[in-house]
Amino acid sequence: MKEKLEQIKQEAIRKIREADIPEKLNDVRVEYLGKKGALTAVLKSMKDVAPEDRPKVGQMVNDVKSEVEGILEDALKTMERHVREMQMKAEVIDVTLPAKKNNVGHRHPNQIALEEVERIFVGMGYEVVEGPEIEKDYYNFEALNIPADHPAKDEQDTFYISGDILLRTQTSPVQARVMEKGKLPIRMISPGRVFRSDEVDATHSPSFHQIEGLVVDKHITFADLKGTLAEFAKELFGEDTKVKFRPHHFPFTEPSAEVDVSCFKCKGAGCRFCKGSGWIEILGCGMVHPHVFEMCGIDPKEYTGFAFGVGLERIALLKYEIDDMRLLYENDTRFLKQF
Amino acid sequence: MNTALSWIKEYVPELDCTDQEYCDAMTLTGTKVEGYERADKNLRKIVIGQIKKIEKHPDADKLIVCQVDIGSETVQIVTGAPNVKEGDKVPVVLDGGKVAGSAHDAGPLPENGIEIKAGKLRGVDSFGMMCSIGELGSSKDFYPEAAEDGIYIFEEDAQVGADAIEALGLHDTVFEYEITSNRVDCFGVLGIAREAALTFKKPFVPPVVTVKGNSEDAHDYIKVEVRDADLCTRYCARVVKNVKIGPSPKWMQRRLAASGIRPINNLVDITNYVMEEYGQPMHAFDLDTVAGHQIIVRRAKDGDVFTTLDGQERKLDNDVLMICDAEKEIGIAGIMGGENSMITDDVKTVLFEAATFYGPNIRKSAKRIGLRTDASGKFEKGLDPRNAEDAINRACQLIEILGCGEVVGGMVEAGAPLKPLHTIPFEPERYNALLGTDVSAEDMLSIFEKLEVSYDKTSNLLTIPSFRQDLVGYADMAEEVARFFGYDKIPTTLPSGEATTGKLPFENRIQDKARDIAEFCGFSQGMSYSFESPRVFDKLLLAQDDPQRQAITISNPLGEDFSIMRTISLHGMLTSLSTNYNRKNKDCRLYELGNIYLPKELPLKDLPDERMQFTLGMYGEGDFFTMKGVVEEFFTCIGMNKKVSYDPNAGKNFLHPGRQALIGYEGKTVGYLGEVHPEVLDNYNIGTKAYIAVLDMPEIYPFATFDRKYEGIAKYPAVTRDISMVVPKKILVGQIEAIIAQRGGKILESYNLFDIYEGSQIKEGYKSVAYSIVFRAKDRTLEENDVASAMKKILNGLEGLGIELRA
Repeated sequence: MKEKLEQIKQEAIRKIREADIPEKLNDVRVEYLGKKGALTAVLKSMKDVAPEDRPKVGQMVNDVKSEVEGILEDALKTMERHVREMQMKAEVIDVTLPAKKNNVGHRHPNQIALEEVERIFVGMGYEVVEGPEIEKDYYNFEALNIPADHPAKDEQDTFYISGDILLRTQTSPVQARVMEKGKLPIRMISPGRVFRSDEVDATHSPSFHQIEGLVVDKHITFADLKGTLAEFAKELFGEDTKVKFRPHHFPFTEPSAEVDVSCFKCKGAGCRFCKGSGWIEILGCGMVHPHVFEMCGIDPKEYTGFAFGVGLERIALLKYEIDDMRLLYENDTRFLKQF
Repeated sequence: MNTALSWIKEYVPELDCTDQEYCDAMTLTGTKVEGYERADKNLRKIVIGQIKKIEKHPDADKLIVCQVDIGSETVQIVTGAPNVKEGDKVPVVLDGGKVAGSAHDAGPLPENGIEIKAGKLRGVDSFGMMCSIGELGSSKDFYPEAAEDGIYIFEEDAQVGADAIEALGLHDTVFEYEITSNRVDCFGVLGIAREAALTFKKPFVPPVVTVKGNSEDAHDYIKVEVRDADLCTRYCARVVKNVKIGPSPKWMQRRLAASGIRPINNLVDITNYVMEEYGQPMHAFDLDTVAGHQIIVRRAKDGDVFTTLDGQERKLDNDVLMICDAEKEIGIAGIMGGENSMITDDVKTVLFEAATFYGPNIRKSAKRIGLRTDASGKFEKGLDPRNAEDAINRACQLIEILGCGEVVGGMVEAGAPLKPLHTIPFEPERYNALLGTDVSAEDMLSIFEKLEVSYDKTSNLLTIPSFRQDLVGYADMAEEVARFFGYDKIPTTLPSGEATTGKLPFENRIQDKARDIAEFCGFSQGMSYSFESPRVFDKLLLAQDDPQRQAITISNPLGEDFSIMRTISLHGMLTSLSTNYNRKNKDCRLYELGNIYLPKELPLKDLPDERMQFTLGMYGEGDFFTMKGVVEEFFTCIGMNKKVSYDPNAGKNFLHPGRQALIGYEGKTVGYLGEVHPEVLDNYNIGTKAYIAVLDMPEIYPFATFDRKYEGIAKYPAVTRDISMVVPKKILVGQIEAIIAQRGGKILESYNLFDIYEGSQIKEGYKSVAYSIVFRAKDRTLEENDVASAMKKILNGLEGLGIELRA
């Protein structure tokens, strides 16, 4: 009996090995494991075996059966894998064919620069506040310590609507509006469109964008202003950016400064970009002038503060090496798609 | 402001630094140097030579051969210059030297100069070149003694072999400063020198001004009366008689030339010199033309006409301050003198004027008259009345030094009484608290002392010199400390105190979403100007009585094209589409988020309504429904999930009459969209169909929300019914959908138009429309009769519109 089983097994294995298509393997299954198969036949012939040997023989048959089944399954898997591989070989594509794009639109470089600046200051706890673009003379000038006939009014060639209504020349009026409300402390930035009567050319536009910042609290110092702007410059232009504060004059701050950053192209060595100086002027700032506080009803004995203003276009032009400001307002998609 | 370093060194004799060091250090203490230029940067190996012998060139009629003694040796130089003779002392550039420009080219100087080498001219050796003033980089304007055409010839006492550049005062550097409007003292060399002295910690040595004057009294020559003391803060007058007009000395000419001022004659040069030195403009009148020998300072009369020095007639009004004599106006105060009192070469007695005026009035007058001069630019900043006296005395001292007249004793003055010097309490702790520094009181006082700010310990008061009118309060003093302590030495800290939360306004978050969605849909962000031309309304075919024609006008625009504030955002968009179309960019999609400005009334009394518009525009691939899709994607993204309505009767003249719609939400009109009218396309030179959508953001914000509530994903199966209908053409699918939505009941989940067809198989005046309607209950599997009853209601409703089911 044992020999017979061994013979059946060897035969089945041989047929499995010989099978080259799944159908043939199925034939093997039917021939040996099926209801009318060879192994089933052996079981059926158990009645000829002595009753005491029957369990032992049954065990032998089952062992052979599961062994053949195992081999059959393995062979089937191998064969299926092979078939799939053949199929995939036929499905090879040219991966260098063009991509199917959604053609998403692009953000304006000004907007990208604005979002960068907003991200930095919102992260430092500043609130973004906006104000009107058509503004009262009072908020644009007087509240900022620029009285009527002050020469600074000439420096910012202003578009007027009427005697006391104008197109704001800076976003600082928003600061005056916020201070006037009297809710302290203040940490805010106000981005927005501003206007000055400059003829359009490669570096001037009668309409551009500014971001002004203001911090008012007890014990705010010029050192805090330096620290804040140094942090800002590093975030915006890179960790190794250095800042230089130069004394300057603005009517609404005292002391005042202009701020240069080390040229991020040449790292301060001097190049065409920074006109050889290694530095690029990016913003103006200073400690809020006591008169401005008084005009807005804040006691300068108790509170101090700093303010700064930066031109958005200037940052965009610098960061993206755009050589002509007019490109920003032409809206040529070949330009916009680069951002 | 341009000043030669040599002039600064006159008052800071120990100043010793390179040009770059000077530039950097001055900028860091607040006197910003914009740039500098060495006058001798391209002048090399140029000495004074004397022509010993001149012979004709053997082969060239126009050339001569000169033997030139250059001290160490005699060299042979060939030249074509017509003006030299034996014995002349001339600048000679030797072999290997360099000159700044060429004799014949009047254009800009070459960046790197011109190298000079020994060579042969028509076969004769020449070991250098004799130079004209042009070749030395200057001109006859600044060196009036130079030959009109030819070699520069030195005076007889020039030393042969000496450095010719030195002799011409060209070993100098001219610095250009940006002086801020608060520092009128730095409009003068003295002011800058004071800053330089403190910056480099060297002694400041200003000129010692003494005027001898004769024994006469100027009061016997001239009376001065200031009638409008509000506009004239001080008027100082001195008299110089026996005036001898002639050239000023070389040292003065050189110094003026280095600052870019042409020497004219001794009298003019002195006033210019003092203007540069003290920052105080002066005027000289011919006293014999001053009627009644009387000066009256008063306002002009409305309608007066006055002829200024430049021969121009100027219209005056009552706010313009005039300098007058007993009979007539002779000068516009602080702006320009009159033709009628002009100094001529045969002037005998000169009246010097040094005055100060109320700055804002000078500024306004100069603007109204349309005449801004160097002088008015200074006066309008508000000059120091005490400085005027110093300046006029300095001028008289120079008259005596130059020997060009006899100064009459005494000064006549008038105007508002001098204000006492300003005082400020000394508050060192407060300065440190503002700066975040720890500078000692002694160090502060030492800085103040050098700024000529004096300190009285008893009263604890700082007395501010009158030339520093910008020092008013503690913050100004803190800045002085900061400047000379060094901005760079101030520590770097971050604000302490209560932490605040960074915030972005809700409206900005909605705008962010608008940008995101527009960009996902292929639209790039554009930006256009807020001001435009009033002709825009015609281009957009707006009706004459359209309220959008009511625009705010700028009173001083850059031109008509930028003269009104936009009331509609389409012009910018269509202009941008046109730019792209005409540059052959295909499939252009743009959006803009920008304000329009709607006046509440005109002329404007109050601030207008600024309304943010989300404007989309496109041409190329896509159509009306593409645009509609963007609008709806945006609404979904900002939580506007209710049904959006579209009213085809939008009434927009600039859109195709059959392809436009008002966008409605919850009963409000929130925007419009449509295909641009072909005539408007023509007006903008766009040769293809274009589509626009405009959303009025202030109408959107109240509906927008970031609140979301999860509703659970359906567990029970859906039942779908497709219906195919024959619909009268005039019925909009929106009407069909309204019925489905209204009648579908609670179990209606969605409906979806899957076919619309007009054509031969459909009867005339009808179209075929097919919908797939989905029903589902949240809590159970739907029964057949649930769906059947809902469908029946829908079909009944549709019948009411004359719709039939298709067989």
